[in-house]
Amino acid sequence: MLLNQFLLLAAVLFSVGVYGVIVRRNGVLVLMSVELILNAVNINLIAFSTYWGLGGQVFALFVIAVAAAEVGVGLAIVLLIYRNRRSVDIDQLDELKG
Amino acid sequence: MSGLLAAESATTFDVPANVTFAVLAVLMVVAAIRVVTTRNIVHAALWLVVVLGGNAVVYLLLQAEFVAMTQLLVYIGAIIVLFLFGIMLTRAPLGKASDLDNNQRWLGAAVGVLLLVVIGFSVTRTWGNDRLDFVAYELPAATAGAAVEVGGSGNGRTQALANSIFVDYLIPFEVVSVLLTGALIGAIVLARRD
Repeated sequence: MLLNQFLLLAAVLFSVGVYGVIVRRNGVLVLMSVELILNAVNINLIAFSTYWGLGGQVFALFVIAVAAAEVGVGLAIVLLIYRNRRSVDIDQLDELKG
Repeated sequence: MSGLLAAESATTFDVPANVTFAVLAVLMVVAAIRVVTTRNIVHAALWLVVVLGGNAVVYLLLQAEFVAMTQLLVYIGAIIVLFLFGIMLTRAPLGKASDLDNNQRWLGAAVGVLLLVVIGFSVTRTWGNDRLDFVAYELPAATAGAAVEVGGSGNGRTQALANSIFVDYLIPFEVVSVLLTGALIGAIVLARRD
């Protein structure tokens, strides 16, 4: 197997995730796209860990833990937005716009 | 399991591994595109399951069994359930909805394609011909022999990973524990009504 095939798969997933973050309006869907990005990064880390040693796998585990924390806090924030505004449309959250 | 096969016979495993990878890659890319384009928000969560499960199989192909199992437990067991709860609690439209995307679809597609071209070009330029031979974290001969005697179950790799976490990366591990506690408390503080 080539190292590059894993890196290219990760690149495709990363780009699709970035597209989702840009295009989606629903807060939950944006968080899902962020998960796609984090998983692409994990593929890279593990592909390189077969190349250079176990550090990549350890960092992939850290990324999984941080992703779990991020989803917990992120969904709590989305829930709070929903409770205050009866909608999770993040295009409407533009009060900081000058 | 596939990782073990590769460890025993790296030369004959290459073709089935590549076939598995090709099928899996197509499936994962299609599922990822469905996640960001589908008009049904529950379907997006279910397509995300396909991507995350495919990720676990990719980790198995790369001989990272422990990370693959962690991926299944944490992502499919916990995070997807959290997402479904989030969808339920925010009373998202359960059928088709037309307002899930904003009107910057072409801009988003352009940014995605540009990123893909840049990343793809640079990784191909840098790593284009590197083959994975799975020797980077082979155990020393004595330890590997012991692991095979215990049951030949490939415990050696997970053991080496545990050593790596709890010896080389102990401080970051503890920091991640504190981070998780903080995130848990933060989520409770944010989400409770008072």
